[in-house]
Amino acid sequence: MKKAAIELKNITKTFGSVVANKNVNLTVNRGEILSILGENGSGKTTLMNMISGIYFPDEGQIFVDGEEVVIRSPKDAFNFKIGMIHQHFKLVDVFSATENIILGLKEEGKYDIKKAEKNIKEIAEKYSFEVDPAKKIHEMSVSEKQTVEIIKVLYRGADILILDEPTAVLTPQETQKLFAVLRRMRDDGKAIIIITHKLHEVLSLSDRVAVLRKGEYVDTVETANTNESELTEMMVGKKISLNIERSEPQNTEERLIVKDLECINREGVKILDDITFTARSGEILGIAGIAGSGQRELLEAIAGLQQVQFGEIFYNNPKTKQTEDLRNKTPMQIRELGVRLSFVPEDRLGMGLVGNMDIIDNMMLRSYRKGKSLFLERKGPKDLAQHIIDDLEVVTPAATTPVRRLSGGNVQKVLVGREIAASPTVLMAAYPVRGLDINSSYTIYNLLNEQKKKGVAVIFVGEDLDVLIELCDRIMVIGSGRITGIVDGRNTTKEEIGLLMTKSNGGESGGTN
Amino acid sequence: MSFAMLIAFIQQSIRLSSTLLLGSTGEIITEKSGNLNLGTPGIMAGGAISGIVGAYFYSGAVETINPLISVIVTLLCSLLGSLFVTLIYCFLTINLKTNQNVTGLALTTFAVGASNFIGSFINSKMGGTGIAAFPEIGKAYRAPLPFADKLGWFGEIFLSYGFMTYLAIVIAIVVAFVITKTRTGLNLRAVGENPATADAAGINVDRYKYIATCLGGMISGLGGLCYVMDFAAANWQNNILDQFGWLSVALVIFAVWRPNIAIVGSIIFGALYVIGPFLLGLSNKDQELIKILPYLVTIIVLVIISIRDKKENQPPASLGVSYFREER
Amino acid sequence: MAQIKAKQPKEPLIHITKRDDMGFGKSVIVHLIGIAIAVILSALLIIAVTGQNPLELFKAMYEGVIGTPAANMGINKKFVESIHIAAILLCISLAVTPAFKMKFWNIGAEGQVLMGCLTSAFLMLEFGGRIDNTILLILMVLLSVLVGAIWAVIPAICKAFWNTNETLFTLMMNYVAMTLVSYFIMVKDRSGRSDLGILNERTGYGYLPELFGRNYLFNIVIVAGVVLLMYVYLKYSKQGYEISVVGESENTARYIGINVKKVIIRTVAISGAICGLVGFMIIAGDKHSIKSDIVGGQGFTAIMVSWMSKFNPILMIPVSMLIVFLSVGSKFATSAFKVDNSIGDILTAIVIFSIIACEFFTRYKVNFRKNRKEG
Repeated sequence: MKKAAIELKNITKTFGSVVANKNVNLTVNRGEILSILGENGSGKTTLMNMISGIYFPDEGQIFVDGEEVVIRSPKDAFNFKIGMIHQHFKLVDVFSATENIILGLKEEGKYDIKKAEKNIKEIAEKYSFEVDPAKKIHEMSVSEKQTVEIIKVLYRGADILILDEPTAVLTPQETQKLFAVLRRMRDDGKAIIIITHKLHEVLSLSDRVAVLRKGEYVDTVETANTNESELTEMMVGKKISLNIERSEPQNTEERLIVKDLECINREGVKILDDITFTARSGEILGIAGIAGSGQRELLEAIAGLQQVQFGEIFYNNPKTKQTEDLRNKTPMQIRELGVRLSFVPEDRLGMGLVGNMDIIDNMMLRSYRKGKSLFLERKGPKDLAQHIIDDLEVVTPAATTPVRRLSGGNVQKVLVGREIAASPTVLMAAYPVRGLDINSSYTIYNLLNEQKKKGVAVIFVGEDLDVLIELCDRIMVIGSGRITGIVDGRNTTKEEIGLLMTKSNGGESGGTN
Repeated sequence: MSFAMLIAFIQQSIRLSSTLLLGSTGEIITEKSGNLNLGTPGIMAGGAISGIVGAYFYSGAVETINPLISVIVTLLCSLLGSLFVTLIYCFLTINLKTNQNVTGLALTTFAVGASNFIGSFINSKMGGTGIAAFPEIGKAYRAPLPFADKLGWFGEIFLSYGFMTYLAIVIAIVVAFVITKTRTGLNLRAVGENPATADAAGINVDRYKYIATCLGGMISGLGGLCYVMDFAAANWQNNILDQFGWLSVALVIFAVWRPNIAIVGSIIFGALYVIGPFLLGLSNKDQELIKILPYLVTIIVLVIISIRDKKENQPPASLGVSYFREER
Repeated sequence: MAQIKAKQPKEPLIHITKRDDMGFGKSVIVHLIGIAIAVILSALLIIAVTGQNPLELFKAMYEGVIGTPAANMGINKKFVESIHIAAILLCISLAVTPAFKMKFWNIGAEGQVLMGCLTSAFLMLEFGGRIDNTILLILMVLLSVLVGAIWAVIPAICKAFWNTNETLFTLMMNYVAMTLVSYFIMVKDRSGRSDLGILNERTGYGYLPELFGRNYLFNIVIVAGVVLLMYVYLKYSKQGYEISVVGESENTARYIGINVKKVIIRTVAISGAICGLVGFMIIAGDKHSIKSDIVGGQGFTAIMVSWMSKFNPILMIPVSMLIVFLSVGSKFATSAFKVDNSIGDILTAIVIFSIIACEFFTRYKVNFRKNRKEG
């Protein structure tokens, strides 16, 4: 029998008290593409990091071509011809593509950039990549950077390639190109592992699928013998029909009006273009799109955290019946205008909360300014913290526990609870259920629905189309910073939204970003 | 300023520049690996006093001082001394991942204190005149190149220095070459810019940091030796190297982390430091005021590079941050 | 294949992982062990230098700090002196703390204190005897505080607007301050010795009065006040809360509408202001003279004290006392042997090395290779 390129036996890895992987078994053969499927936080990346030498397993064995090996560092991994393309690219910004590719190599002969460039061009031609070897990384687009990463591992002669969520940041065209390259490499006899949580990619690309759930290995199946619903079941444990409640919007008023919005990000790239929409009170407006299409910037522009180049953001105050212009106001100024805007950002511990502070102090983030006193008032926040812990069933040793020590779902409950406690008129939530278990997710959906019934204009940025379709009244789809369509949540299909997501530039020709 | 004075001024500037150049070349290597070593003044003092210790024992052990052997002995002692001091920093910041600022400052306290202590001890053994001096060894260090006195102004400006001056320039050029034009340099820069990337590329980050910091420390230490042996003609004075240590750190910024620019920069700094007495008619107090200039110029350079925000001129991106692979 | 097998590495001998928060009790024990190691190392060093009996040595060190009862007739002048030295170090540590908490690496305390000294000395010389002494003292306090704040705010502004590296900037400012002091001395000094000696020696203008007939007590009382204020400020004030948020995450600070630039500048100004106050205390309440090295590196030591105390003002009291007492005591214990007083610096550094090294064990766990059965 042919020996597997890589075989993992009973791999376990813990971080402090968190078990990231528990008794995982896995094999991948040469000449095949293996998908590792799992929800966010199911331990896919941690597992692969142990093969590539970033982490060291607590227990278990790794076999390469049937021999047990110990991989202590990325260098060891290279010696076994294992190369990993990380989701967050491991590239030095101020170096050129060539410098990044040859980094850390011990090649014979003298240091010769020109020769290396020639080799790179050869590899690029073989698999039909497009790359400028002399270009600096900080001047590159995301897909160019990814190309550099792939060439980097190929240049090292890797024949076992691991790609971590490679399509998360790519346009559909770029994704297709990448898949073509991966298939060519498979036919070349390489073993390829791709980490993903997108079912259609799994089905269209891979030969076999291994599924992880909450750090544990579920099973490996042949792609040809499976389908989406079976995989979903393996991923989430049981077949679920979401059944999220959705009430009819009541008393809708135009609450937030965005017109012709245009934003440029730090690198000078136009990240939002010509965005026009209205968020109404008493309804949930969903925002769908490939990650990084401008969702974050849109919410931040509304919240006063992102510079707006052009366009308008109006808020109709339900109390005063006045219209306020929010464009390029600071969060403080927005608050002073009487705008009750709550925002659950994507980066919970890096933006929404302070990881090292306890729940009480995190409650104060919103309220500490109250009153003229120079000193903090901790009584109110303390009560609020206790209230949230009780109401949302936050699992924590105490209200004085630093939030970074809570699990993802509990962190999110604290954050959403605080934002809702400010009794907002507009509530924006970016990926609020990412990485959460089913129960916590439903808690969040219920909270959003409650707000909707109270007449809040809810804006929900999501990635799971099933959820968007079941939860939202209207769904706005963004592609490459432009609105590609706004559909009715009750009369749309995943296919329709999926199509809109992949249509960039509002239906014009699908150019590159 | 007369012609003779001009030449004397240039000579003084270049003499002092060697100390600063060695000090900052060492610190550049260190910082390129992502270690901000604020122990540099201490390391330079350590390198200097170790040389003096070597001189003390050598001159105590022999009847007549052989210039060549005395230079070799003091050089070796200096290298060993600064290596020892730097290893403390390496162990704490790399293995124990302590805060680099705090560790560096503590190292300066430690090494300056220790060198003063040893200096006072040797001084008391040598009669307690306030200074520990080894004139013969100083002479060996200051021996000019051949023909220095036969080629007029040319010889005086270019050939009249002790070997350390030329050594400093050679080291700076070699280091500049290694950093920009070799594989090792590429790897080193990657470690300082983005250690996680370097690690993933198979570079042993800790080893690079160790070697770069130790090598850097030894070169900086030579700067200290150069000062006491050459500029001060083998006289030891307590606390004297503090300011040159910090000037060396300043020079790293002035040279935007490039040793070849540091060559010119060190001469400019040296000139600003020694120019006072050469500007006739300038009172003592105004001469003192001129000593502010190197620091002011450095501040201006620092502010300008931060305003221009050009990627190529920034400090190494992970300067001052300890690396732990399993950080998450 | 054979080639791969030949290269097959062993499992790492020592493997380091991050640990969860260590319990308070355990952490205290680790730190006490660190301090114990520091004391033992210090004792060994002094014994090596002096050849003294360790017990005699510690007795001498104790007397160096506390003073001998017989010599002082119950009035522990020496003890007050030791406390005062610790108080000054403590006050500078408090000064740098708010900026550090914000991750603003102000290593310019030395220069900021020195500018406070310079301002006070200047006013003493210029206005001593010309205006009422109380008014003079008030003027000295206010202007020293102001100048200290300005000296710190310059790098802070550059940091806030252009993200200029504050560590290197504040470092340079120290030397600008030192040179200015040397210049000032030369301008004021007519003797040509570059030394102004004791300022207003005969008149005592601009001297802080004795409190309860004791020297230094005024300064100690001021520092006690600063400790209390700083503790309350950091823990209970809104501004203190903003400092914590900015230090933990600038993104969060922006998200909740904190003006990060303003907080940076304001906080560093407070740091500089307290440094300026220390400058005033050194001149008016202690040295009554000025030299460019009058701060004596305490600006740097303070940074380490603040760090070792984990930015906790109360914890800074024992830490600064430990460092000062060890250094004062050892200087006294070795003085009979004509040992250079730089031994104090060496011991200070050893204490710091020990304490920051033991911190590693509170943050990381060291795992040794397990003996595993062959698979």
